[in-house]
Amino acid sequence: MNVTRRHMLLLLPAAAIAWKHVLAGTPEAAPNYKLSEHWWSMLIDLPKCIGCGNCVRACQTENDVPDGYFRTWVERYHVTDYDIENPHVDSPDGGKKGFPPSKEEGGKNFFVPKLCNHCADSPCTQVCPVGATFISPDGVVLVDKKYCLGCRYCVQACPYGCRFINPATETAEKCTLCYHRITKGLTTACCESCPTGARQLADLKNPNDPIHEFLKTHSIQVLKPYMATHAKVFYNGLDGSVR
Amino acid sequence: MNAFKDAGHIFRLAAVFVCGILVFVGVRAVLVPKSFGQYGHYRGDALAEIAARPVNFAGHQACEDCHSDVLDKKKAGKHVHVNCEACHGAQAKHAEDPASVQPAKLDTAVLCVRCHEANIAKPKSFPQVASADHSSGLPCDTCHQPHSPAIDTGETAQATTPATTKVAPGGTK
Amino acid sequence: MPGVEGFMYPNEIELQWSVLIVLYPFLTGLVAGAFILASLERVFQVQEVKPTYRLALLTALAFLLVAPLPLQLHLGHPERSYEMYLTPHKTSAMAMFGFVYLWYLMAVLVFEIWLDYRRDIVVLSQSTTGWKRMIYRVMTLGSNNISEHALHVDERVGWVITLIGIPSAFLLHGYVGFIFGSIKANPWWSSPLMPVVFIFSAMVSGIATVMLIYMFVTWARKETIDMRCVDTIARYLLYTFIIDFGLEMLDLIHRIYESDESFRSLDFMVHTKLYVSHIVVQILLGTVTPITLLALTQVVRLGEMARKRIYALAGCLTLMGIFAMRWNVVIGGQLFSKSFLGYTTYKMGLVTREGLLMAIVLTILPLIILWGLVKLLPPWPEKNAGSLAGAAPAR
Repeated sequence: MNVTRRHMLLLLPAAAIAWKHVLAGTPEAAPNYKLSEHWWSMLIDLPKCIGCGNCVRACQTENDVPDGYFRTWVERYHVTDYDIENPHVDSPDGGKKGFPPSKEEGGKNFFVPKLCNHCADSPCTQVCPVGATFISPDGVVLVDKKYCLGCRYCVQACPYGCRFINPATETAEKCTLCYHRITKGLTTACCESCPTGARQLADLKNPNDPIHEFLKTHSIQVLKPYMATHAKVFYNGLDGSVR
Repeated sequence: MNAFKDAGHIFRLAAVFVCGILVFVGVRAVLVPKSFGQYGHYRGDALAEIAARPVNFAGHQACEDCHSDVLDKKKAGKHVHVNCEACHGAQAKHAEDPASVQPAKLDTAVLCVRCHEANIAKPKSFPQVASADHSSGLPCDTCHQPHSPAIDTGETAQATTPATTKVAPGGTK
Repeated sequence: MPGVEGFMYPNEIELQWSVLIVLYPFLTGLVAGAFILASLERVFQVQEVKPTYRLALLTALAFLLVAPLPLQLHLGHPERSYEMYLTPHKTSAMAMFGFVYLWYLMAVLVFEIWLDYRRDIVVLSQSTTGWKRMIYRVMTLGSNNISEHALHVDERVGWVITLIGIPSAFLLHGYVGFIFGSIKANPWWSSPLMPVVFIFSAMVSGIATVMLIYMFVTWARKETIDMRCVDTIARYLLYTFIIDFGLEMLDLIHRIYESDESFRSLDFMVHTKLYVSHIVVQILLGTVTPITLLALTQVVRLGEMARKRIYALAGCLTLMGIFAMRWNVVIGGQLFSKSFLGYTTYKMGLVTREGLLMAIVLTILPLIILWGLVKLLPPWPEKNAGSLAGAAPAR
């Protein structure tokens, strides 16, 4: 049995309860969700990413992300044989409409989906002057849009470019790891719509989560490890040229 | 005594400052949101507010509850691990009210190439075609059934490279 | 994508901090610098600069009152800024702004000015009439005691306040530098030298401002400029400027020699998008030229008129250079991608909330406030100042 299927089964009973509440129009009352029992993260299995842009579109649909801003996006890398320090990267409209045919022949070509790394030592929450962005007890970096000043300091502090100011609310915005879904037993919109299973939601506190086996048996890397942010988005097969 | 009298104005200013500080402490007690500090240095209520957002993607479990026939069909083919909403789009509204909200009919000519149009950056093992050459303009579902895309009569190797037998989700075996 | 070269993370294309955030460290820098000049006379007994003491304090106050406005205007939700006082996040450099600001405004500047002017306020509360009288009477806090003893108390307390004020001024501006210097995600900002460079550039800009204002005001009042005073100020300006330039060059040489992963990207930026504002305006026109001019007045014996002209020119160039330095830090730090693979462009609005017009208004506003403060609390002995029975003579 493969990872995705097993993972779906793990979520199944909770999701079934959740769904009843969603149908009844009271999703907030959904499952018996305990903050202390989860520590969310995500696994990106790069050799499976086909750059279709489904995740970017799904995220926009699920979270009303304004045009031109991205909670998740996909980059395309082109690296020539001996020059890993100078990759050619593009991400037309964040990969939302997929990618045009690659112009550059030769070398290495691959896609890299990006999203908030939900760092355990997040530089963005560190700098928030008022406590409007924070790490939730279940390990998700969130923004309280009713409390955010819109000072943009967190946007500056994120090493990965994952934050932006929503022009409608004038507050900071970012990936919530679909907090409204994962707390109801569903997976994130990007994972749900990924056709190849390149993105998988993982709960590090769940001993039955296949993530543990996967992390043990694969070469795993996080983005910009030298930033020491304790990023929780784990990449399998990440090339050294990716930044 | 005299020193005190001559410093009287300093004490007056100090009193003004103390009043200011007291007002600040009072106002602060009133204005800080009640749930602030419940879990950490933030508004505890924010968690529930963020979690209360309605979902747009129903999740494949919800689809499969009713459409088990499609699931059976998918199980026979390579798209077994492709979730319904990856192609059909967000369907929470349809799941809530299947009678009045109908998913739009999909155009395979647009849909299939999103994933299967050849691109050098895609994994080599992933089935890809140059759509212009491959189907000479015919929609994909002329030959392939999306829920189980292998063509019944022919060999799987006909349209794709030999390395494309498995979409291979999951690093574990 | 227009204005973008190479690859930016898609959320990086839009700049977050505008010209108003350039203005903010510029204005607070003037405050800190002006105060430190004032403290020269008070604490370090540099008698020559005495004519500028009160003017420097009022200048500091005028600029400090305006300093938070650019921040306020740039916030997405200015109406929520009070949250910074309610729930300051102790790991955030920015959260300390409110408190450092209030401390500096109330405990240092307002207190010191009040003590220094108390005799004048009491005198004015009795010699003036109408609404002016009301204002002065409120300012006396109901105490008309200006006996020699009381003024002696003021003098001692004022000295202590100035002493506390010096580290406070360093704190106020050092922390502004820390806001930038502590962002590890941004190699253009992230440097332990940043707060120190900010403090010294603050002193440079503050000293230059007070010097220019003093020269202008004296000229406008048709009085003679105290050349001993201006010469001394210019000398201090030269010294601090040399330290400031030394620190900036140290930072630059360190970056060039280390050439870490960000270097190629930043180097390219400095030679293209930042060439005019960094190399030409900041370093050549705004730093090397005024330092050379000021050094010239130390080495060559020049006439009074020539010195005045050189000081005025050097002062203006200095302010331009320090403004360019703020610009290059704030805007420059946002022009390159954190992937080091591309560059974006800053498009300044004109009449928008964070546009050029607003920046000009906010630069002129402190001068208008200063004019009001000078009217209210004249920094020089009034010819017709009333005298009161029991009052100690004016200092």
